[in-house]
Amino acid sequence: MIGLTHYLVLSAILFSLGIVGVIRRKNLLMLFFATEIMLNAANVAFAAISSYYHDLSGQMFAFFIVAIAASEVAVGLGLLILLYKKYGTLDLDNFTMLKG
Amino acid sequence: METFAFYLFAILITGLFAVTVMSRNILYAMTSLAAGMVLISGLFFILGADFLGVVQLIVYVGAVMALYAFGMMFFDATGVVKENNGSPFVVFLLGGLSAVVLVVIFSAPAIGHNVQALYPPVEGATNPQAVGLVLFTKYLIPFEVAAVMLLVAMIAGIILAGKKMERSLSSTHDEEISEISEKDKK
Repeated sequence: MIGLTHYLVLSAILFSLGIVGVIRRKNLLMLFFATEIMLNAANVAFAAISSYYHDLSGQMFAFFIVAIAASEVAVGLGLLILLYKKYGTLDLDNFTMLKG
Repeated sequence: METFAFYLFAILITGLFAVTVMSRNILYAMTSLAAGMVLISGLFFILGADFLGVVQLIVYVGAVMALYAFGMMFFDATGVVKENNGSPFVVFLLGGLSAVVLVVIFSAPAIGHNVQALYPPVEGATNPQAVGLVLFTKYLIPFEVAAVMLLVAMIAGIILAGKKMERSLSSTHDEEISEISEKDKK
């Protein structure tokens, strides 16, 4: 029988994968992918808790997370395109001009 | 049956997202990310959150992935991404952070034993009906704010990506770009 803990463990594993991606990646687009993974892991946890406690608040929060992810992608991709037009690369190591 | 479906989905999602995180090819990463999103909506269907599953399919797999695919047309996505990583300190930090997250999530159900359901599903209503009832009564203001936020994001996306779309800035040289922008200032 699958319990709440199973879903929470899966969510934790997926979230850790996202963290690994964020720390390990140097390409900005790949960083975005890792962020999406982390948001999805949170969604899985919300839906599981909502289902096992018979409370719809979790699903509501998951909906708002989906909305936030969509707007994040719209604005972020616009910024990425601007960066790529200006510098011709998406490598994080090239964006160190704030060093001072 | 539920057990089998859960483990199948869990293993496939973890594998696909591992490919996304580890792959050096952007196309592979994006494709496996999309497949993982589809399977996550399967998890939502198992959990009885039908509406959330459909929203996941439409918004993530339909809209977000299409946006990424569209954005990749601007970048040279065919080649292998060159990345030079990491010091052992980074690996240490990574392991520590993951462990902290795991501990927090494991301990969450132990703390929350006396959780009371604030908005239990209405008797006899299907999941989309119950979601609508809660969303348009208790969560109406966040819903409206989210709508305004999406509008702002749409306008921002158009402005950021669509500026000077009539000239291909990626295929022109830097001098020409500065000439063009000086002309625009005049």
